[in-house]
Amino acid sequence: MKQTELYLKKEEQAIFSLRALFEQYGYRKFKMSKFEEYDFYADNRSFLHSENILTFTGLDGKLLALKPDVTLSIVKNAKGERKEPERVYYNENVYRARKGAGEYKEIMQVGLEYIGEVDSYATLEVLLLAQKSLQAISGDYILDVSHMGFVAGLMEATELPLARQKRILDSISEKNAHTIRHICQEAAVSEDMTKRLEALAGLYGSLEETLPQAKALCCNERMEQAIKELEEILRCLKIVGNEKRIHLDFSIVNDMDYYNGIIFQGFIHGVPSGILSGGRYDHLVRKLGKDADAIGFAVYLDLLERFDSAEKEYDVDTLLLYEDGADTAALAAAAQMLTDNGQSVLVQRENTGNIKYKQLLCMKDRGLEIIAE
Amino acid sequence: MQNKINIALPKGRLGEKVYDIFEKIGYGCPAIHEGGRKLIFENEENGVRYFWVKPSDVAVYVERGAADIGVVGKDILLEQSSDVYELLDLGMGKCRMAVAGVKGERPDFAHTLRVATKFPNIAREYYRKQSREIDIIKLHGSIEIAPILKMSDVIVDIVETGTTLKENNLEVLEEIVPISARLIANKASYKFNTQRIRQMCDKIAVICEKND
Repeated sequence: MKQTELYLKKEEQAIFSLRALFEQYGYRKFKMSKFEEYDFYADNRSFLHSENILTFTGLDGKLLALKPDVTLSIVKNAKGERKEPERVYYNENVYRARKGAGEYKEIMQVGLEYIGEVDSYATLEVLLLAQKSLQAISGDYILDVSHMGFVAGLMEATELPLARQKRILDSISEKNAHTIRHICQEAAVSEDMTKRLEALAGLYGSLEETLPQAKALCCNERMEQAIKELEEILRCLKIVGNEKRIHLDFSIVNDMDYYNGIIFQGFIHGVPSGILSGGRYDHLVRKLGKDADAIGFAVYLDLLERFDSAEKEYDVDTLLLYEDGADTAALAAAAQMLTDNGQSVLVQRENTGNIKYKQLLCMKDRGLEIIAE
Repeated sequence: MQNKINIALPKGRLGEKVYDIFEKIGYGCPAIHEGGRKLIFENEENGVRYFWVKPSDVAVYVERGAADIGVVGKDILLEQSSDVYELLDLGMGKCRMAVAGVKGERPDFAHTLRVATKFPNIAREYYRKQSREIDIIKLHGSIEIAPILKMSDVIVDIVETGTTLKENNLEVLEEIVPISARLIANKASYKFNTQRIRQMCDKIAVICEKND
């Protein structure tokens, strides 16, 4: 590990490695302003994960919002050319109210978007980059993949009214098979369909092992199409990726008004919630008036704060004290010598006892003395 | 060595019954019977660690990943709308969330309805669906007194046998939702301990069905 990396926090290291990774694949950086007009977010409220938006009045009296999301702004500014896909990445703070936190939080996000014609290569590239991003943070990761077409296809087949479908979707996201059964009984859904829905909620495991089980649940063309896409991804991942760490999980459900196709969510062992989230969102691009497809993901780096919990044994390598009458230049020279040797050093008058150090030096008027090691 | 599965159990009768099930399916932890005030119990051999927490806190421990799985009443899940997997209905601790009021009196639709409850979110959601204007009075216990003292028109609370209501001259007006204990899991833990959590879940399901 390089000397500088030693002093970086986990989330700071992650930013460096992810940026390098994205640049390697030809993504260019997108820097956005801190705020957008509020109306823009209000129009696309359900795309945002949180209802709450921090607003204030701009100098010209317009209502502005501190950005709760970056994807929307990128899509708004994209040209939306099918032939010439745009690959962008960002590293921005967004402002959201995390559930239970009771206040707005500044959340550091790194992510990328691919806007253009999304073919199977583009899907694979983004999925692989998501996998590599997780790998860069920790080797013990899992990337869950789902397909909106599959879930939506099964919902269609139930022929239930939308409000009931919504309740079933909520239960799917909780892997809550018993409530699905309950709702189906209420609505007189056939036993066969109920079993399919229950199975969908319970399905979890590596793509290889679970795809055949998912295939058995198909009951219309939309679902079959989704399975075909997933099978193609599995085939490619076996050649270029690590398919064992990619799991199938239909319980990741995102808003159907915006997302379609493949969606995914990444987890790291030791972090209690999803750290990466993304997917295909053609509907959003169309809604913002562009004729293109899009796929992308974001990594929530604020969640790494706790992950990096190994407490440091020392605050500094060397605590360098000095007495009255010590030569200032000699003191600075001593500090410089230590840092040149790659040590960290803290220079102060007295040892207050609050600092953990490896060695204690003292600059006296007759020179440098080692007091403790 | 695999990491331990952390299990949050609600302090009290329900938690003890649930622990008995875990013991039956081979995840016992003998130290737990010793009594005393200790709250955490481990069994190295079968890789489990139990802790007793306040029932209303179970979902918090699980959502934040301090516990991998836990057992909690549906009332608390609904109230806190926790982001966890709800894997199993244990069919234990059955009761219902209901609206109750003073016997024989019907709340007046002409006024804002005053609702005393320990479950403000459930109450708000229930009346929002009916587009009813309400005034929530959040209490922490002895909810039944509120309508008697005319502080509220109705209460929204858990009703088990209905004895407490009856003794205080109240009756159930509407049922909101049936409640029972649920087995929940942290979403990330589930991914990394899928096999073990599923096995536990399957074995518990068998026992709970027998009890039913």
